[in-house]
Amino acid sequence: MRYDTIVIGAGLSGLAAGIRLAMFDKKVCIVEKHVELGGLNSFYVRKNRTFDVGLHAMTNFTAKGVRSSPLGKLLKQLRFSHDDFRLCQQEMSEIRFPEKALRFTNDFEFLRQEVAEQFPNQIDGFNKLVEKILSFDELNLDDSVPLLSRPVLESFINDPVLIDMLFCPLMYYGNAREGDMDFYQFVIMFKSIFVEGFSKPQGGMHYILNLMAEKFKDLGGELKMGNGINTINAKQGTVYSVTLENEDELETETVLSSMGYVETLNRCNPEVAEVGVCETGQVSFMESLFVVDREPRDLGYDKSIVFFSTQPRFDYKVPGDLIDISSGVLCCSNNFKCPEPLEDGLIRLTNLASFGKWDRLPRKDYISAKKEWRARALEALFTFFPDFSENVVFLDSFTPKTIKKYTGHINGAVYGSPKKIKNGKTPVNNLFICGTDQGFLGIIGATLSGISMANLHLLK
Amino acid sequence: MTIEEVRQIILNILADIAPDEDISSIDDNTKLRDQIDLDSMDFLDIVMELRKRFNIEVPEKDYEHLATMAGCVSYLTPLLKDRPLAS
Repeated sequence: MRYDTIVIGAGLSGLAAGIRLAMFDKKVCIVEKHVELGGLNSFYVRKNRTFDVGLHAMTNFTAKGVRSSPLGKLLKQLRFSHDDFRLCQQEMSEIRFPEKALRFTNDFEFLRQEVAEQFPNQIDGFNKLVEKILSFDELNLDDSVPLLSRPVLESFINDPVLIDMLFCPLMYYGNAREGDMDFYQFVIMFKSIFVEGFSKPQGGMHYILNLMAEKFKDLGGELKMGNGINTINAKQGTVYSVTLENEDELETETVLSSMGYVETLNRCNPEVAEVGVCETGQVSFMESLFVVDREPRDLGYDKSIVFFSTQPRFDYKVPGDLIDISSGVLCCSNNFKCPEPLEDGLIRLTNLASFGKWDRLPRKDYISAKKEWRARALEALFTFFPDFSENVVFLDSFTPKTIKKYTGHINGAVYGSPKKIKNGKTPVNNLFICGTDQGFLGIIGATLSGISMANLHLLK
Repeated sequence: MTIEEVRQIILNILADIAPDEDISSIDDNTKLRDQIDLDSMDFLDIVMELRKRFNIEVPEKDYEHLATMAGCVSYLTPLLKDRPLAS
């Protein structure tokens, strides 16, 4: 038997591509090395509690009936109704720096008002920047001239604090590059976070992933879990099969891989010469989850998400230490407009982290380093926010090393390589990539990546 | 298949492609994309559904015939007239 397509990875991009292909009667099999769905947006269970990994919130919230937005397109293409995703909107989020705070909601005019109040002499420049962003075609798949964001922002805004404050959430939620951001990525993130906004599916990532996997299987797709790809085999430069970890060989016309660009080329047999010159991502995070004994708002945490920097200037880069405690993201799942309150109070803290530093620790030091740096991160946090340490009933942390272990992404780089392969092509014929390294980021972005690569290369 | 049946199969396809849209009030002579917000990705879906359900290949140069319901019916009726009404 020969497949039309083998999809590598049962994350959002792989599942979305799988649904599109199965919908049009392609013989498709998704192969996932982990035993759980989700890839970089997954979940795990500890002490009977299910925790999301990756997901703080879904960006790109638009209301039911908006069809032309990324969320609207995604729902249409996968033939879900808006109600199927059970999205609960955020209440209010915040960017908090030492001297200034900007609050934002799913109504963009609220943020505009905040900028006008906090930075009165920058509002004209901010408005012009917004005009530029709204008229920019960020979805063009052609690799155009690279354009970085900082010079663009500096041409409209001359207060570096405002620039850093705008960068902070956009970088944390989707920037693979240190220090600056490609402008088209800035535009994608600006629209998805500020212009559209945050929501959270009731039931978390687990719910959305199951919804997609069920649809895929109902359409006749095949899903192999806990069995990764060993090699992607080519003859005369064209893919013809994949060999799995259990040594089964599956013949196929095409392969769509979401495992990362370099990660994919590394599996090619024969070897692909290009591998050595590719840039790999470096940006990764440590995340700690704190289950608290009451609603976070009763502890002084009333925002949905807070992006903070304890220093006047925000620096987005791989830290010299194991983690960077001077900035981070706080997320309270409870502070979304859910129809029913969640069982537990949950506060998550995310900090930039160095894969290299974590990876070089011997096993015995790794566990104690997690504890030590979690404590340091909290100490820095509590100089800025109320102390909740007396209220913690359960806690857990994961590091870039954990991310690498479960997702296979080099350096645990959650946003992949800074150099995106927008057209999804590889040097091997009929081998394409989707997901993080293709260029659309976040949960909605990854899903659209799977859809658009399936449409572009595998369905026409 | 009769003209009415051809119209119905197009409505069925549209209902599957756009589950949140109200397709009961479609005007046959106004562009579909102006009524139910179809983009090029959705158009591809209509073409692929025709291939999947009726084994009809619509070449790219003919996509313009599918812009309105009336256009779809007049383009597809000759191709479907000898077919029994299938799913």
